Amino acid sequence: MSGQNNYIEEQERETGKLGMWIFLFTELFLFGGLFLVYAVFRAKYSADFHTAATELNALIGTLNTVFLLTSSMTVAMSLTALQKNNRNLALLLVLATILLAALFMLNKYFEWSHKFHFKLYPGSEVMKNLPHGELLFFGLYYMMTGLHALHVFVGMVLLSVTLVKVRSGKVNHLHYLLLENSALYWHLVDLIWIFIFPLLYLIT
Amino acid sequence: MKQEEAHVSSYFSHAVVLVLLLTLTTISVLVTGWHLGALTVAVALIIASIKAGTVITYFMHMKFESLFLKLLIIGVFVLYVLVILITFIDYLLR
Repeated sequence: MSGQNNYIEEQERETGKLGMWIFLFTELFLFGGLFLVYAVFRAKYSADFHTAATELNALIGTLNTVFLLTSSMTVAMSLTALQKNNRNLALLLVLATILLAALFMLNKYFEWSHKFHFKLYPGSEVMKNLPHGELLFFGLYYMMTGLHALHVFVGMVLLSVTLVKVRSGKVNHLHYLLLENSALYWHLVDLIWIFIFPLLYLIT
Repeated sequence: MKQEEAHVSSYFSHAVVLVLLLTLTTISVLVTGWHLGALTVAVALIIASIKAGTVITYFMHMKFESLFLKLLIIGVFVLYVLVILITFIDYLLR
């Protein structure tokens, strides 16, 4: 009887994870569509994209890359810790991930408010008077980084819920699907940034 | 219980992956200073793809998943590359 229960649990875990991956695939195509638009417009207005991209602060972009990559490691390690039944370390590592995400958002806040200060935001007079290609670049910049930042925020909420459940023991070394799936989601956020960073900040 | 048989990655392997990812980021930042012209985009995308592959393989545990899931993940990425290719064939030959 217990063997059968274990079999059902194992199946639940496998299907739960498969479901998460399928969701991540739809996310991939959501951002994939934006990358495609970026690629086509970059081919069409390469000079304007070149000029506009120099406006972005590569240092902030690099710093945020470091934050996200490190947070990806801490969340991956937290799963290892929970699997080894080291609950306190798992809690600490999830907390570190959330803090790194907060640092990312803080950086993004400074980056955007700096641009807002120069009236460079969608719909502003400054942006309307830009050459067409530059307008497209900044439109895509706000859309891509904005949608990504929204994902960072959702990831922070998801990780916070996981943190509470690990603390209460509902998520533990035998049942850790929630942590596994939250970690997968967080890695996707990192994965998307891995492409946004060079395409928007580095290639000038 | 089978769940206990699930692969547990070591802390050390995760740390090694992070060092690799940060090294690739550094290379990516340095390369943009070299003014390679048209190659810049290609180099940046190749480095980003290696980083993405590393994250999927190790952080997301693809290496330790079932063959079915592995094929699914690879299949979706192949599909996306096809979408890009077909769009550009359409765009460039129009």
